[in-house]
Amino acid sequence: MNHITTRRDFLATSGLVIGLALPAGKAAARAAGVATPKPFAPNAFVRIMPDDTVTVIIKHIEMGQGPTTGLTTIVADELDADWGQMRVAFAPANDPLYKNLSFGTMGTGGSTAMNNSWMQLRNAGAAARAMLAQAAANRWKVPVAEVKVSKGVVSHGAHHARFGELVADAALLPVPEKPTLKTPEQWTLIGTDVPRVDSLIKSNGAAQFTLDVDLPGMVTSVILHPPAFGGTVASVDDAAALAIPGVVAVKTIPQGVLVYGKDTYAALQGRKALKVQWDLSKAETRSSETMIAAYKAAAATPGVKAEVNGDAAAALAGAAKTIEATFVFPYLAHAPMEPMDAVIAPRDGGADFYCGSQFQVGDCAAVAKVLGVPFPGVTLHEQYAGGSFGRRATPDMGFAVEAASAVKALGGKTPVKHMWTRETDILGGRYRPLMVNRMRGGVDAAGKIVALDSVVAGQSFMIGTMFYNPSKGYDDAMTEGLTESSYGFPNLHVGVHALPNGVPTLWWRSVGNTHTAYAMETFLDRLLELGGQDRIAGRLALMKDERGKAVLRRVAELAGGLEAQAGRARGVAFHKSFGSYVAQIAEVSQGAGGVPRVHKVWAAADVGVAINPNIVRAQIEGGIGFGLGHALYSEITLGEGGMVEQSNFDRYRSLRIAEMPAVEVAIIKSGEKPTGIGEPGLPPAAPAVANAWRKLTGKVVDRLPFIHAENTGATA
Amino acid sequence: MPTTFQLNGKPTSFDGDPDTPLLWVLRDHLKLTGTKYGCGIAQCGACTVHLDGRNRRSCVTPVGTVAGRHVTTIEGATGKTAEAVKAAWVAIDVPQCGFCQSGQVMSAIGLLAAKPKPSDEDIDHGMAGNICRCASYVRIRQAIHDAAGMVEKTA
Repeated sequence: MNHITTRRDFLATSGLVIGLALPAGKAAARAAGVATPKPFAPNAFVRIMPDDTVTVIIKHIEMGQGPTTGLTTIVADELDADWGQMRVAFAPANDPLYKNLSFGTMGTGGSTAMNNSWMQLRNAGAAARAMLAQAAANRWKVPVAEVKVSKGVVSHGAHHARFGELVADAALLPVPEKPTLKTPEQWTLIGTDVPRVDSLIKSNGAAQFTLDVDLPGMVTSVILHPPAFGGTVASVDDAAALAIPGVVAVKTIPQGVLVYGKDTYAALQGRKALKVQWDLSKAETRSSETMIAAYKAAAATPGVKAEVNGDAAAALAGAAKTIEATFVFPYLAHAPMEPMDAVIAPRDGGADFYCGSQFQVGDCAAVAKVLGVPFPGVTLHEQYAGGSFGRRATPDMGFAVEAASAVKALGGKTPVKHMWTRETDILGGRYRPLMVNRMRGGVDAAGKIVALDSVVAGQSFMIGTMFYNPSKGYDDAMTEGLTESSYGFPNLHVGVHALPNGVPTLWWRSVGNTHTAYAMETFLDRLLELGGQDRIAGRLALMKDERGKAVLRRVAELAGGLEAQAGRARGVAFHKSFGSYVAQIAEVSQGAGGVPRVHKVWAAADVGVAINPNIVRAQIEGGIGFGLGHALYSEITLGEGGMVEQSNFDRYRSLRIAEMPAVEVAIIKSGEKPTGIGEPGLPPAAPAVANAWRKLTGKVVDRLPFIHAENTGATA
Repeated sequence: MPTTFQLNGKPTSFDGDPDTPLLWVLRDHLKLTGTKYGCGIAQCGACTVHLDGRNRRSCVTPVGTVAGRHVTTIEGATGKTAEAVKAAWVAIDVPQCGFCQSGQVMSAIGLLAAKPKPSDEDIDHGMAGNICRCASYVRIRQAIHDAAGMVEKTA
């Protein structure tokens, strides 16, 4: 069951084809009407058709970071295919075939897409190549070692055959278990700027996202959640909602109140007309300020030991000079451009599930459980996802459960598009948690850094999920970047307090590094100044890791150092995350409203083999923009009673084009296994800007965002 | 009474509540899903269309107000400038997740129609209403300059 090796399954998953972008149903119907030849399917990832097309089965979500292009590049190179014959199709929900090798289940996160697929897809492409070559050798009765494969053509002397001409023969051959892989010198596509497979359809409106799925008889549901986290529905007066033309039904589920419409506008109008009494007796009613006070109190005590080296307390006591700082990081929403959505069409014994799913198997299993159907009965139709930044992957599959519950509550017969509005999204929790970090550090009489003590207080979103490793005794997603740092502090103490909180939180692009890099790099900047050390040379002296040193040196060279023209200042920051090394230099001047204007960011990155340097650059640009936008302008706050005070982009400020700095990227040439770049471009951006800002103005920003009144002196 | 208007050059009518936002008429009733929903309050620009050739947020435009007028969506964006913008977008791989890009492309076409050789400041101003959460802004800016160059060359 649930394998892709059957023709039906292949067709069912082949809807998203480069340049065609047919809706899945239409493609399948068209294909079913003609006698479709069988594909050559040497493994779970490669399908070669007699018409010469090569389809790569993509096991990762495409939420913008480019894995469809990267994974296809790996296969095409080892296969020696022509780029023009490559196609992509998203994989069905099947852990044995398509699990993320870093997770043990299908999923995308932690910048692992290229890293976990690297050898798997090289082998997949190389095996297919070997079989095509062998099929040709057999046909021409020549030694296989003399057969050449290049740009989709297999040849020997005067003999030539395109892949499509060989697939029937190749399919009869045994699949080599350990095919010969290319050496890096033999790569023709890996390491080049192969164009993205999805650029055209994402520039002309043709790309289909979940929100665009339209099924016969489908209704649209929207939801009203309780106004505070942990609240429940007490009673609903739905008379006014049901009176609105086009409103089909109003249903209450544990998550909130659903309004179903014949179309989106009807559902939205119906939701506006709802009158709901909420029970907030068990809700989280604390304000952000109350939480911050509690977290600060906790951070004043050592907490659970996350990493200890030497004796930081003794070293601080004996230091010539010490400083301390208490950092406050707000809740942040992911706010992907496409709010959460799914389309579920129930049928006997199963359902069709259309979603930009980030945990494909987990989501399908959740849908199956809610609908009471077996897992293999749920067919995933993976869609392009309009961003995620972590939001579409929740360990409890919360959104899939809610969407399936919307189907079930309506009777389980009608296809439902369940969509969140922007308000549902921003008010919807699963935020980057509010965090406090108290840092203390000192230097000796010679100015050498002798100790760092960092205590993090906040919320864990890992504890209790399959992603938590209890053997550590603490949640390392709260401290990553402080622990296992590339810097070698002679004495280090990292402590952590995982405090109870009723606000649901989640990983958010670069996870713990979103706050640890900021605290580490802005505090280190001050420690270096305290010791009279150069900002780059001092970092290099403290750095244990040669790859880290190399990116710092490279970015300094790229930017021409830290001197800026009059009226501007530069700052530097380095951070390693998810195995990738990134250093950045930012140049700022005084901007409007008491916050920096960021003119340019130079970045140097070591991501191992850069499979597609252009996508690596794009991800660094995007990571800088995402990191900077939130650090400068964004926060989710809870007011008295625990009500979230932002609900749309009017008050949850997003970076806009005028605020985006120019970006220049240098990629370190490396033969190391590829790591990832979906996240690592983000962590250094905000501290580089903060360090530049302190250089320019003398002001420290220990409470984010920069526009917070505490930094600007503005009155509310 | 149905609302009638020109959609991508063809007469179109919508027989429903004239207060319905144009966005949902386009997406749900006319099945043109290239125009996206992102915020519903004219903050993000994902729903940008052209109304009589000018940029317009369809999420806050009641369909009744477009009666007798010309609406162009990404599906109907043709002509020299539109083709140049789309080609420039593809040439440097502007999109990441892609969800905002229909709106970005429409705003860019509208900007170039008014300012054929925009400065960086013109772009800042003209594209201020379009959010890209992936922050593809560096490339959006470059692609607009590139498209302007392409149009000029073929002029």
